[in-house]
Amino acid sequence: MKILIAILARDLRLALRQGADSIMVVAFFIVTTTLFPFGVGPEANILARIASGVIWVSALLAAMLSLERVFQTDFEDGTLELLALSPVPLELVVLGKVLAHWLTTGLPLIITAPVMAVMLNMNSAGFGTLMLAMLVGTPALSLIGAIGAALILGARRGGVLVSLLVLPLYIPVLIFGAGAVEASLLGLPVGEHLQIMGAILLLTLALAPLAAARALRLAVE
Amino acid sequence: MHRFAKPSVFLKLASAIMPWAIGITVVTLAVGLYLALVASPADYQQGDTVRIMYIHVPAAWMGLFCYVGMAICGTMSLIWKHPLADIAARATAPIGATFTALCLITGSLWGEPMWGTWWVWDARLTSMLILLFLYLGYMALVNAFDDPERGSKAGSALALVGVINVPIVKFSVDWWNTLHQPASVARMGGPSIDPSMLWPLFLIAIGFTGYYVVVLIVRVRLELNERRIRALQLGGVGQSAADQQHLAVPAKQAGAGE
Repeated sequence: MKILIAILARDLRLALRQGADSIMVVAFFIVTTTLFPFGVGPEANILARIASGVIWVSALLAAMLSLERVFQTDFEDGTLELLALSPVPLELVVLGKVLAHWLTTGLPLIITAPVMAVMLNMNSAGFGTLMLAMLVGTPALSLIGAIGAALILGARRGGVLVSLLVLPLYIPVLIFGAGAVEASLLGLPVGEHLQIMGAILLLTLALAPLAAARALRLAVE
Repeated sequence: MHRFAKPSVFLKLASAIMPWAIGITVVTLAVGLYLALVASPADYQQGDTVRIMYIHVPAAWMGLFCYVGMAICGTMSLIWKHPLADIAARATAPIGATFTALCLITGSLWGEPMWGTWWVWDARLTSMLILLFLYLGYMALVNAFDDPERGSKAGSALALVGVINVPIVKFSVDWWNTLHQPASVARMGGPSIDPSMLWPLFLIAIGFTGYYVVVLIVRVRLELNERRIRALQLGGVGQSAADQQHLAVPAKQAGAGE
């Protein structure tokens, strides 16, 4: 636990001092979302109809954008090798880094999402569900993303590659995340969607650190 | 199983299997296609369009089969560091991707006259498309490293993670109410298709499997030869005297997986 907090604190400190990273993610999220009204036209009804999907897709892309640097910098300066050599289980390191990634990208996205929902003319009935669904969904995105981020270490064109690896695996979260918001907008129960997202989160929480740690060991071998 | 890890043993085995695999492929595909396209009855609802099924369904099976095979090879290479498993997984990916693409294309051609649309965002179709993306991601990842060894290992991990999609594809038609028809061959209580249509389907499936084995052997041989050439080139850089010995036992060297 102590180690987890230490890794988390280190990564958060790095993120804060290097600055700009989480601001960039939020900025990307806002810019991508605002592209849609230009693309599909500013008609309020249409925007309200597609708002939940647009916000989820943009959040997915924004979360993915920052994945590359989760392990990359540590891999380049050799920190990762030291971490792999240390008695600390690598799974725990992954978990700490994922948590830091979620705090610096997922959380700001959740806070920004309702603002974008207003701009896309979404019915306010869906705001609560949107934030709740993102609260359950974005940690799963960070966890799945960690596998991709660990796999591409040392690869050429890693940034592009990570999108090809991670986005197909993101689709279930997108389906049920957008589905939950849709359901609440139509006045249907959202429990089922959120339960499935919870199940996805638990599954990834159990498996992703193992898979990512495995990939990290391959990278530093 | 480890006996086959040695490329020389594999190559001997492959040479023995090869004519059989080619023979089975040619015979089953010829008979199967004749039964499917000529001898089998047209569907009472779909007419002759139903014949697309004889390519579409086996292609879908092969798409899934190849992915499972890739994942099994990945497991073997991660656990036992089996060098041939790496090569086999690598060689399987493009074949599986082709079968998956073939399934999507024939499905689209079949969907247009039957459903009135080329594509719907239905669970079965979408999960099959994701399978294609997983294949493409695997191939991109495997080839993205300067060290082929490292690429194979990363690929193995990805293949294992992606295998979760296979049961989703299989059961998508049972879990969700979709436009795609429910399972009619591999289901509880036996197939619901008439034997006159089932037989050509199975024959073509066997033919496709034989084709897979043939192409797999060709691709694995190719990869082994490429590794041998690489090993020879690496050996040729430094000492030339030692080369002569390497040349005498190139198969062994390639088998060490570098």
